[in-house]
Amino acid sequence: MIVAEGLSKSYSGRRAIDGVSFTIAEGEIVGLLGLNGAGKSTILKILGCFLLPSSGRATVGGYSVDTNPQAIRRLIGYLPDVPPLYDEMTVDSYLTYVAKLKNVDHKSVASSVGIVKDKANLNEVGLARISELSHGFRQRVGIAQALVHNPKVIILDEPINGLDPVQIVEMRDLILSLRGQHTVVLSSHILSEITRTCDRVLVVDHGRLVAEGSEASLQSKMFESMRLSLDLTTVPNGFAERLKAINGVSAVNYVPGQGGERFYLDTTGDVRAQVAKVAVDAGAGLLGLSRGEAGLEGLFMKLIKPVEERAHG
Amino acid sequence: MGKCLLVAGRELRAYFSTWMGYVICAAALFIEGLLFNAYAVGNQPKVSADVLADYFYFASGMTMVAGVFLAMRLLAEEKQNGTLVLFYTSPISERQIVYGKFLSALCFSFIIQLLSLYMPGLVFMVGKVSLGHLAAGYLMLTLLGASAISISLFASAISPNQLVAGVTGALFLVTFLILWMVADVVSPPLKELFGYLAIHNRHFVPFSQGIVHTRDVIYYGSVVVFFLECSVRALEARRWQG
Repeated sequence: MIVAEGLSKSYSGRRAIDGVSFTIAEGEIVGLLGLNGAGKSTILKILGCFLLPSSGRATVGGYSVDTNPQAIRRLIGYLPDVPPLYDEMTVDSYLTYVAKLKNVDHKSVASSVGIVKDKANLNEVGLARISELSHGFRQRVGIAQALVHNPKVIILDEPINGLDPVQIVEMRDLILSLRGQHTVVLSSHILSEITRTCDRVLVVDHGRLVAEGSEASLQSKMFESMRLSLDLTTVPNGFAERLKAINGVSAVNYVPGQGGERFYLDTTGDVRAQVAKVAVDAGAGLLGLSRGEAGLEGLFMKLIKPVEERAHG
Repeated sequence: MGKCLLVAGRELRAYFSTWMGYVICAAALFIEGLLFNAYAVGNQPKVSADVLADYFYFASGMTMVAGVFLAMRLLAEEKQNGTLVLFYTSPISERQIVYGKFLSALCFSFIIQLLSLYMPGLVFMVGKVSLGHLAAGYLMLTLLGASAISISLFASAISPNQLVAGVTGALFLVTFLILWMVADVVSPPLKELFGYLAIHNRHFVPFSQGIVHTRDVIYYGSVVVFFLECSVRALEARRWQG
């Protein structure tokens, strides 16, 4: 559905993206992951026909962004990082306007607006002026405008930006509800959000694609070590040594707690089964064994580290 | 054409749903009213045709000023608020955007002219002027308003915000206004060129006297199309710049 080959874009001589290539299949939900300024938005703007690449080529639905942007614009729904809203309009009149702008058949406009209001939970604010809406509702109106014409491809630039935890969950559910019916490309700098909603992750750093794949495949391919968190009721004598003896455990850190004891284990490969067995055999009262947050964040840091090192010589 | 009208309709409603439209309309009518009483009618006896010619002279100035204010926001505000992306990611051409925006401002300018109709209407009822004189004057106001809007719309297309757009639009318009003065101090063939390009002097006077020359209509039409097409190109170029 989407193909990018050697995409580059420069702003006043500064390279925002540099030779980015990827393919996205129909029905996939793919996340662009990267720090602020990594080049995610530039890639999305090119796919959305908002920007032309300096070099390279991109096609959406078989149409080139260079030569046939109008055909692509019929296929896509686009939510930029700041939703494109007219404050003086009501939600209903705005969505009706966008539906007509996006070539929704005149007879279907009202029903399309109704459907998208249901999807984005906007029924209670249909008659409200957009200027009166909270940030969360504005974001929902933004996503509604991207969906109102039932596009094949949906491009969402930082869709959870500035949302509170409840709104993030709602937005995540909304994105997941699009699975299968639409091809979705979204960007975020929050790794946990990307891995929860996307089938596949494209990691962008300093304008370059540094890795791609599912979270699991990225970890198996690129992340050699994993940090485990082990919670116990008691710590038997010599327990730390028994953990260190497990093949694949490189370091053990003990953190005494008030309601339980915790060990952090730096490991090579997945040794959770062996660690659990050691804890049970030792009668340590196993309360929990999980991959620590450092695992996810560490993955990301590890992926971008070589580029950082290059940048700093 | 449908998309063009869709954009024009939304813009026209935006003038009425914000203070901007009402303020521009009220200010234009208030100043035109003052000038009509103070200068066009005045204290000295005048023939009706002169009163009407004086009215159109002042109204033409107000129409140009209103045109700059009406058009300066059209594209610059979209850039400021980040709503231009809605157009760039929708199946609508840059030409439809520009002509739709232009149409909305022209309609609003036309509404102001309609509301000012009572002043020349009084002259028509009380004095002796022809309907043709009245029609020629309003045709001139419409053409001059359209030219000012298209020039200011181009300024709006190349400016990052409304303030810069307003200043740039006024600068372009004043340049076109004073070209007749420049024409007086340069030698041929620039003299003829600048004299022809001046937006008000040579092309305005016949209209205000009730005379319509096709060449003047073509001149104003050319100014409008030229600046609208420049605006289209400016919008197209934004895809390269980002």
